[in-house]
Amino acid sequence: MRKRPRKSLMSQTLKIEDAEIEVLRLGAGPPIVLLESEEQLERDLPFVAELAKSHDIIIPSPIGFGRSNRPDWVTNMDDISYLYLDMLRLLNISKATLVGFSLGGWIAAEMATKNDTHFKNLILVDPYGVKHGGPTDSDIADIWVLPQAEVTRRKWCDPANGKRDFASMPEEQLYIIARNTETFAKYCWNPYMHNPKLKKRLHGITIPAHLIWGAQDGIVDVAYGEKYRAAIPGATMTIIPEAAHLPHIERPDAFLRDLRNHI
Amino acid sequence: MDAWHFTEMPYPYIPPHDQIDSMRVTLPNKLFDPKLGHELYNRYLDEYVIADELGLNIMVNEHHSSVVCVNAAAPLSLAILARQTKNARLLILGNPVANRDDPIRIAEEMAMIDCISGGRVECGMVRGVTYEVFASNANPTQTNERLWEGIDMVTRAWTEHEGAFSYEGKFWHKRAINIWPRPYQQPRPRIWITGTNDKENIKKVAREGHVFATFLSPYENVRKIFDLYRENYVSNGLPGGMAFMPLVYTADTDEEALKGADEIAWYLRTKSPAQFRNPPGYVGLEFNVNALKGTFTGRTDAIRAQGLEYLREQGVIIAGTPDSVIKQIKRLYDLVGGFDHFLMMQQAGFLDHKRTVASMTKFAKEVYPAIRELPSSHCARMQSAVQAAAQ
Repeated sequence: MRKRPRKSLMSQTLKIEDAEIEVLRLGAGPPIVLLESEEQLERDLPFVAELAKSHDIIIPSPIGFGRSNRPDWVTNMDDISYLYLDMLRLLNISKATLVGFSLGGWIAAEMATKNDTHFKNLILVDPYGVKHGGPTDSDIADIWVLPQAEVTRRKWCDPANGKRDFASMPEEQLYIIARNTETFAKYCWNPYMHNPKLKKRLHGITIPAHLIWGAQDGIVDVAYGEKYRAAIPGATMTIIPEAAHLPHIERPDAFLRDLRNHI
Repeated sequence: MDAWHFTEMPYPYIPPHDQIDSMRVTLPNKLFDPKLGHELYNRYLDEYVIADELGLNIMVNEHHSSVVCVNAAAPLSLAILARQTKNARLLILGNPVANRDDPIRIAEEMAMIDCISGGRVECGMVRGVTYEVFASNANPTQTNERLWEGIDMVTRAWTEHEGAFSYEGKFWHKRAINIWPRPYQQPRPRIWITGTNDKENIKKVAREGHVFATFLSPYENVRKIFDLYRENYVSNGLPGGMAFMPLVYTADTDEEALKGADEIAWYLRTKSPAQFRNPPGYVGLEFNVNALKGTFTGRTDAIRAQGLEYLREQGVIIAGTPDSVIKQIKRLYDLVGGFDHFLMMQQAGFLDHKRTVASMTKFAKEVYPAIRELPSSHCARMQSAVQAAAQ
């Protein structure tokens, strides 16, 4: 463990075969591996700085996201989760709390099904990744077919929470945002936002698992979350009121309280 | 120069724009009256047969889940026309290979139609417009790569004749590829590929020696991309060249012609919501960075919103009396540095059979003879030189 805590985000690039993974680190203490949502909105949130006062926070960018490179062969969450497990081995991280938001929640679930020995416990926040229903059931709202205004309405309890000031962002940041959107579609267009195998793998998770869900999530609703929870042995779930798909942004205090109870 | 008759086979009988969200992808098909559809299909096919009788060539295309084009399986209409026409070259522009599940099936369809028609197939291969990825569910971030892998498979299927072979590519794995029949045209039908904005793709089309086609673009842009094609052209042994498609209406008076063109311009006034116009990863990053900045206005939407006179000045509409149409084509020909194929959308929207045929006939009899002899492009001439040297 580092003697001196990192006071601001430190960035490093980890090379695994031809994959170059951007890894951000903050703080010192027991490790928390934090897997961001597809928009990578989490790294600058106050709750991350708060947790870093007592934890070593590790925030990687999936292949094709952030400043990670994008080798062609990486095409799905299987590939990403195997790379992340390699990454944890190389960083010598063990007994970590694995926390994932939305797309990051899906990746976290994939990792835990493949090898959960690095982890103390698993926390999923409104994750995608599983299909519960039949062929014509829309388990996950189709964000690429619904009008943008409808997607926003489903994603945020208060759409003002989702507003981003693109006009004032530097060009490089806009390129990252545009590339994130593109990569997200590369992995999640078809099958839409799920791995058909994952549902049958969740039973193998042996570490304590907890789900946190926004009560008004209209992308993946609470009923979806309940089925997700039921598929993981012994998992618990907290529903956060007055929050939609990203409860940690809309209700940060309630979220952090619940998270601390389960770290 | 060769001229080609084209209609997208629209189904225009839908509620007004303010009562629907989209003319593509999501418009309920309860609005499609099969009896009306029966009449329309047969009418459009009749017009293609008339085009053949008039000495024009034929172009068909396909789209899906769209009232703008209900020719949802273009190889079917091409197969019908292979039997019902005698002389016309039969251009399908194109097979949406990036969106189809099996390129080998395309190779078979085209080879069959080529045999039935006695070698009249001109085989377009297209990436497909943005709306198409919703109907096909092809990943929008990979349509370019799928296009080229599909073309590679089709070309090999057409030209390998020593028995079954396997293909294990990035997107398709096939075993025992060995198509019966092989194409009538040997070594294979020509391939045509469309493009507008993607410069790298246009260069690739040129370097592979395929025919390049672009639609409804202002002449300055057409000049730029035709120049790019010319500069990068390498012969593949079959004639290359360039094709342009405007909206075309020919009539006895300018007033009548503009009225006809205005009806065809229905095609430019379609309605589709934003999420279907820009699926993630279809266009390059720089376009979407500009979209985030608010400086991206859509590909040709601004041009298309302009009036008829402006569109005529830009070469996007060619309409007038026969003399005027000849002048407009020759002017366009000079402005873009010459081209080989004049693709004519001569029907769209509610333009009826009688007036469609009147315009087609006037064009065929009074315009076509005067533009036929416009010299073929540099690429086609280069090809002749290659052939002469080989003999």
